[in-house]
Amino acid sequence: MSTRSLSKGCFVFKPSPKKRKVSRTTAYYFREGSSDLEDSELRFATCQSLQKQVKSETEQIEEELNEQLFDNLVSFLRRSHSAFQEKKTEWTCRTKSREIPTAALVLGVNVTDHDFTFRSLSEVLQNNVTPYIALLEAKDCPGIKNLMQKLLGQLMNCCIDVDSSEEEDYEHVSRSRVRCSMTTLINWYESATKRTDSETPGKKRTSSRHWQSPPVVVIFKDMESFTTKVLQDFVVISSQHIGEFPLVLIFGIATSPMIIHSLLPHSVSSLLCIELFQSLSCKDHLSTIIDKILLTTQFPLKLSEKVLQVLINIFLYHDFSVQNFIKGFQLCIVEHFHSNPLSVLCCQLEEAKRRVNSLSHNQCENVRRLPSFRRYVESQVSEKQIALLTVDSSLKEAVQKLLEDLNVYHENYFPILRCLHVFTSSLPKYPLGKQIRELHCACLENRVWETEEYESSLQLARMLNKSDLVTMLQKCVEILVSSPGREFDEIVEKLKEFLTQFQKLEEAYQERDESISPQKELQKKTNLYHLQKTLLELKESRRSKKLTKFEMLRFEVVDYIDSLVRHYLVPADHKTLHEIVYFNTASVLREHLNAAPRIALHTALNNPYSYLKAFSTVVTAAEGPTADAASSDQVDDVIHARFIRAVSELELLGFIKPSKQKTDHVARLTWGGC
Amino acid sequence: MPILEHPAYPPATLLCLESLVPCRESQVSMLLSIFGERQQLSFPSIFIYGHTSSGKTYVMKTLLNTLQLPHVFVNCVECFTSRLLLEEILIQLQNHSSETRRASPVPCDTFNDFVRLFKQALVSQNLQDQTVYVVLDRAEQLREMEANILPAFLRLQELTDRNVTVILLSEIVWEMFRPNTGCFEPFILYFPDYSIGHLQKILSQNHPPEYSADFYSAYINILLGVFYMVCRDLKELQHLAALNFSKYCEPVVRKEAKERDTRKLWKNIEPHLKKAMQTVYLREISSSQWERLQCEEGELGQIKGLSAHAHVELPYYSKFLLIAAYLASYNPVRTDKRFFLKHHGKIKKTNFMKKHEKTSNHLLGPKPFPLDRLLAILYSIVDNRVAPTANIFSQITSLVTLQLLSVVGNNDQLDGPRYKCTVSLDFIRAIARTVNFDIIKYLYDFL
Repeated sequence: MSTRSLSKGCFVFKPSPKKRKVSRTTAYYFREGSSDLEDSELRFATCQSLQKQVKSETEQIEEELNEQLFDNLVSFLRRSHSAFQEKKTEWTCRTKSREIPTAALVLGVNVTDHDFTFRSLSEVLQNNVTPYIALLEAKDCPGIKNLMQKLLGQLMNCCIDVDSSEEEDYEHVSRSRVRCSMTTLINWYESATKRTDSETPGKKRTSSRHWQSPPVVVIFKDMESFTTKVLQDFVVISSQHIGEFPLVLIFGIATSPMIIHSLLPHSVSSLLCIELFQSLSCKDHLSTIIDKILLTTQFPLKLSEKVLQVLINIFLYHDFSVQNFIKGFQLCIVEHFHSNPLSVLCCQLEEAKRRVNSLSHNQCENVRRLPSFRRYVESQVSEKQIALLTVDSSLKEAVQKLLEDLNVYHENYFPILRCLHVFTSSLPKYPLGKQIRELHCACLENRVWETEEYESSLQLARMLNKSDLVTMLQKCVEILVSSPGREFDEIVEKLKEFLTQFQKLEEAYQERDESISPQKELQKKTNLYHLQKTLLELKESRRSKKLTKFEMLRFEVVDYIDSLVRHYLVPADHKTLHEIVYFNTASVLREHLNAAPRIALHTALNNPYSYLKAFSTVVTAAEGPTADAASSDQVDDVIHARFIRAVSELELLGFIKPSKQKTDHVARLTWGGC
Repeated sequence: MPILEHPAYPPATLLCLESLVPCRESQVSMLLSIFGERQQLSFPSIFIYGHTSSGKTYVMKTLLNTLQLPHVFVNCVECFTSRLLLEEILIQLQNHSSETRRASPVPCDTFNDFVRLFKQALVSQNLQDQTVYVVLDRAEQLREMEANILPAFLRLQELTDRNVTVILLSEIVWEMFRPNTGCFEPFILYFPDYSIGHLQKILSQNHPPEYSADFYSAYINILLGVFYMVCRDLKELQHLAALNFSKYCEPVVRKEAKERDTRKLWKNIEPHLKKAMQTVYLREISSSQWERLQCEEGELGQIKGLSAHAHVELPYYSKFLLIAAYLASYNPVRTDKRFFLKHHGKIKKTNFMKKHEKTSNHLLGPKPFPLDRLLAILYSIVDNRVAPTANIFSQITSLVTLQLLSVVGNNDQLDGPRYKCTVSLDFIRAIARTVNFDIIKYLYDFL
């Protein structure tokens, strides 16, 4: 919607009743914009189910990742007040000042992810520990009054949630009349806990999952943004009453726990009993997500190297946000199914085969247009070529076969990639990257065995010592055994053979060691001159000596790994029909995720002519299609005049100003921090 | 020979009071003589000040409770609005005789209402014929409330025309309270700090039942020897004493030393206390963690203090943004050319410097800089080309929310925003090291 006003502000738009009635589904919009209408509904359905799958999978992974942290927190909560309840009478407990148990929860700078963590944290606490949880955000608490209001509101509401039937009289007390003081809170706590104690046996089920006298947990989501005064006052007030109800604070910290000391003076921080909890670093988090989501055959859609690089770069360079990464991946899914008509085949193999049979003629033509398929056709004999290009049924047959090949390729690719990673991740200086994602990108980009980095890693691998080599081989065996690939029996067999050979070598060494030892003793008795001589001889002999058995074997192992890499880690874009399962329009993704408003504004504003052109386009479009002034180079005089007037008006209002540089015309003043 | 003497109260009660307030006898006797007998009018308002934990609150509470004087005790931090404060006083007054609290609070928005309701409450509680004491703890908070609150409390006796005394407790001097418009001057009483002898006496008084007073007193002596230099806060010392006592007793419990073996016990506890000074006292590790360490005999290395986690992991461009902000904050604008232009020619520092720039910029603190300068420096210190995408700008904002940068000045839409970099040199050097950027080479102060 637009206004005629030049100034910035709030405008009321009444919804037009006509538009309201037509509620369009997402499916409609999905169809609407897509260039090709083939199978759009089926594509939409596939896309939706895939999205759902990804969502549930990522949520589960995150839950698992946070489990350890939450367990620690829960046991901290358990500990925090039990000590006082158990030994109230002991001398130390009476003498010691009562501190407020506080958990400093360091979550890292990826603030966008914290919401999710806090949500699941409060869920966990609600289920196992206490119904009394308040989540406070700095923007809601500019003063201590607002903080108390928020706190009381949340706590008393949560009580209503637990057992709504008995709490009705509470709701009658209008919120505004409730005195926002600690005494109110304490009275409420007493009555609330008393009520749950005297509940009917039928209701006890709900209270049994919580502890006896459940603690009141107050979570400060963004510690850094709270003002010093509010925090100080709150801590001081609540420390006055810590003996009367079990309060626990949780500080959500994005930077470092030092912030507590910079926010609170010693007199206040001495009222707290702070324990530190650290969440998993976001980089590890991302690695797990990539490992479990992208490096498996579980999801039919794959990302090409460039796309993956865009997503990873945004993560590493800009925000460290795992949620954003997942959102980016979901965007890839939508974009792929939306823009690629053949994405209808991007599903599990069985389903895909079935769908191939029902492809329309247009879709068959789409297949024929794929560059990878063209290459495939050219490599066939001429009769086959004709059949593939003219007869739909034979094409379908071939597509089924090729899809199967692609599936097998993926089944083999990931385990072998992991095996290669076992080797490369333990080499000094990591020529192929430390993380498996780097290796994955390198393999997707082009033939990895042609790169210099690969060459140098092989060379380094040829210098590995035996124990390392053995453990690596064992790891590889484990990976291959646990993966579903069909062709791995042979490889496993071969690797095991290597292992037994190493074993034998070791035994042989031990025997030889025993025979050598008397010789060594002999050496000890010789004088310095002799020692020097023998050492020189030894050196000579080593230089000219043939490779030992171990070295031979090591070469063999490395060569074997090399052959595996050459066979299985072919880049995906060498595979026929890879366009169906790989999303590779990185430019679209970049456009969506890495917007550059300043560049756009700059180009728009510093060239007055293009500014004028844009203005005239907008104006004529608004006035209707009849005016074709926009198509001709000549700008209508009236529009030109309007433009000049509008610009000077904007200048007068202070939205734009002429820049001092000659080439620039105007620079927007209101850029601010955009 | 008892120090406290007053004809109005029985000597036994006074003796009991005396034992409860060690080292504060002179202040208490002063207060007693001001209070006079129950029915006598007392001074309208008394202002008591003294350092943290010099016993102001404790003495007042014990005095009023032991002598069973009718009183109201309110903490002004807790009652953060005047309404809460006034209502709290009234509620306490109404519940004076009956133990059970009635939950129906009387709405009281203005001081006028308060005076009216206060009088009613006095009548209903039968308190007309004796002095009622209203104690306002942390009275400095009253200055934040409406302007009439403090002067009105000071002359509450006059306004209500009843026998009431208001006692203000504060850590700051009366001169900081006096409003511009003038007010009734209260009687001012100073509570001096406890001396080391006082501390020793007070702390030794509360010894654990299992051990003799002498044994505990020796322990307190050692404790004060270590901590008196850094901490004179009685509460804190008491807390530390309770925390570390079990460690002190260890040799005795294990029968390796006798209670009289002071030297052996000292050798055992002294390094432990020194460690406590660096950790628990500074809240580097919490007291519960400290206790657990004592129990498990674990090494201190297992639990790292809070400051050991000073490292902050940032996205790649955020690091450079922070470095650029630091450079912009600590380098004079004119030197940007020298640092970031390729062919800047030779500019020597001596003739390049203006007089006032001779002092180190690091001593003067960060200076504000506009957004455009930050971006210009960013582009020149990052090796590859950086597109000014929305992500970069949102990173600046998130650095502000993380308190690594701070916005300076009002949020004027017409002027570009100005920032300051708030991180320390050590922090930025650690950040710069992770991206292989030699920040010292770019800082004007270290040229």
